[in-house]
Amino acid sequence: MSARVLVGVKRVIDYAVKIRVKPDRTGVVTDGVKHSMNPFCEIAVEEAVKLKEKKLVKEVVAVSCGPQQVQETIRTALAMGADRGIHVEVSGKDYETLGPLQVSKILAALAKKEQADLIILGKQAIDDDCNQTGQMTAALLDWPQRSPEDGTFASEVNIEADKLKVVREIDGGLETIKINLPAVVTADLRLNTPRYATLPNIMKAKKKKIANVKPADLGVDVSSRLEVLKVDEPPQRQAGVKVETVHDLVGKLKEAGRI
Amino acid sequence: MILFRQALRFTSRLPFICGRCRTYSAQVGSVERVISAFRSVSGDEGVSVGSAVREQHGRDESVHICRPPDVVVFPRSVEEVSALAKICHHHQLPMIPFGTGTGLEGGVGALKGGVCFSLRKMEQVLDLHQEDFDVTVEPGVTRKGLNSYLRDTGLWFPVDPGADASLCGMAATSASGTNAVRYGTMRENVLNLEVVLADGTVLHTAGKGRRPRKTSAGYNLTNLFVGSEGTLGIITKATLRLYGIPESMVSAVCSFPSVQSAVDSTVQILQAGVSIARIEFLDDVMINACNRFNNLSYAVTPTLFLEFHGSSKSMQEQVSITEEITRDNGGSDFAWAEDEETRGRLWKARHDAWYAALALRPGCKAYSTDVCVPISRLPQIIVETKEDLIRNNITGSPIAGHVGDGNFHCLIVLDPNDPDEVQRVHSFTERLARRALAMDGTCTGEHGIGLGKRALLREEVGPSAIEVMLGLKASLDPKNLMNPGKVL
Repeated sequence: MSARVLVGVKRVIDYAVKIRVKPDRTGVVTDGVKHSMNPFCEIAVEEAVKLKEKKLVKEVVAVSCGPQQVQETIRTALAMGADRGIHVEVSGKDYETLGPLQVSKILAALAKKEQADLIILGKQAIDDDCNQTGQMTAALLDWPQRSPEDGTFASEVNIEADKLKVVREIDGGLETIKINLPAVVTADLRLNTPRYATLPNIMKAKKKKIANVKPADLGVDVSSRLEVLKVDEPPQRQAGVKVETVHDLVGKLKEAGRI
Repeated sequence: MILFRQALRFTSRLPFICGRCRTYSAQVGSVERVISAFRSVSGDEGVSVGSAVREQHGRDESVHICRPPDVVVFPRSVEEVSALAKICHHHQLPMIPFGTGTGLEGGVGALKGGVCFSLRKMEQVLDLHQEDFDVTVEPGVTRKGLNSYLRDTGLWFPVDPGADASLCGMAATSASGTNAVRYGTMRENVLNLEVVLADGTVLHTAGKGRRPRKTSAGYNLTNLFVGSEGTLGIITKATLRLYGIPESMVSAVCSFPSVQSAVDSTVQILQAGVSIARIEFLDDVMINACNRFNNLSYAVTPTLFLEFHGSSKSMQEQVSITEEITRDNGGSDFAWAEDEETRGRLWKARHDAWYAALALRPGCKAYSTDVCVPISRLPQIIVETKEDLIRNNITGSPIAGHVGDGNFHCLIVLDPNDPDEVQRVHSFTERLARRALAMDGTCTGEHGIGLGKRALLREEVGPSAIEVMLGLKASLDPKNLMNPGKVL
């Protein structure tokens, strides 16, 4: 099989970090905060690498859009088993407003340029929770798109004679779906357990190539049509109040205008 | 009785002599003053006298009853810990450090009341040095939390006790895990500690910020505090040795006709220099429990679970050397796997051992004993222990162990409300510990002395060593405020 897989990986604030809103309420604090690969993207990379290990695809290409730092994220994908990387340089204001629409245009352009047969993306990013990039990319390319949702056990993704075969557990048993390649697949949480990048593989990954590309080279305009007005923390949870009698309870509810 | 005499020895200079009384709660006024002093250090949210919070901090995962402290404080920095300790020292209040409460020997019970220092708000990973393979962590960081933090770096901290424990707590109890046969225990992997002593002094056991991989400078204070179970000070930072995640991990399972053949294989595997990382032993009772719990169908005989770490190229060779050794010792059904999912399935039996044991008698609690002997004595002690269990009607208790270190656990399932059963189990564990001591072993391989094994410690190390330990304790904590009633 000579299939080439494109995997999108996003650099996000690490899931374990406590998010803080910036004092000027224009966004969240990102300076000096630990960043890592979006967990859904890790699962996407793992799935792509598994396909390569099963010899169903020939090459896995990891793509990320952003400033210089996203190269770390691409390197992690390379350490997990991707063959080469593409860094689409977006920085400054453009990076702050980069969203699913722009990224999907970039991925669509790259898929054509690299002649990819399959795009695997994470279902959503943990910073914006959009869950849109996969669907938009498929629409722009006019490719089928599938999210292998699953139950307790990971579903299987296989390639059989130019079609993508997805097996998943549903309540009533097993469901097998075949979709035509080329296609877009979005990975959900329990699809697989991503491998930790081993130290020897991280060292080897340093020798793998990462190409640099600008959105303009792909004919993509990354200006955003959205403007963030303000960002706030969720309201603090108030302590509860204990009352002695039902009468007091009714009184308090009336005070609060609830009854 | 021992507690009373010890308490007498250390409190004889105080106006209140009765070691069994809570020395300060007799004065109600002073409690109020102390609590407001605590609040001025740690804020209102940093101090709690709520009964639910106190009870939560008076118990761990052992079968010892809950002994709640009088107050729980939640310091956010070493400066707060030191300030709070000074207050406690001034008012003669016992101090008990608390990490995740996952200990197995009752180490957090506040026998004389006092102040529990819950350190979970200090949860930063500080100072990672990838090229030097070291990292410094605060007490709120757990081992799984650290490994998740490190996942992009290719490094990991391999000491893996069952629970997702606080790393500083693991240092305090000198914890170990399934990986010890290759990577060692906490004793080998702590480079430096920051400790707050009973009087509030902040001590850096190897010098502030120092992290050489080895040193021969002065007395080894770091390893004095490793395993001290909170009786010498409160650990507020630990500098740990990291390892590279190996390129390849391969797991294998093999059944044996007898305990002896399983242990013989273990010894030969170690001698062959195979890059073994884990060798776990499960006896027939344990395998049966696991089969029932997980719907597996392993042969119900002594079984070894093995894991090799190394480069992909060498794995095939390591596995075939090992397979040959097991076959020569009568082993059968040798199965192995390299990919994560199949490996996970192979290991599931071992990982679920605790729950499988509990499932043997629903509604009961499980107690895990913990002794360690030289590997060559393991078959004898396991056989004698099994006979003891049967003779004393202690229901089918499975045995599982880190056979590569000669360390095994007997998972006893008991009804804590049946005093006769509790008594029989208690006598059994004492006999087991003494059996291990008689075989040149130790009464605790990894869980610590805590509350229940103090008499056994005396038997194990002998009177001179105990005198030295008491001297060190008296020197660092003359008022016996640090976790009183534990270890010594």
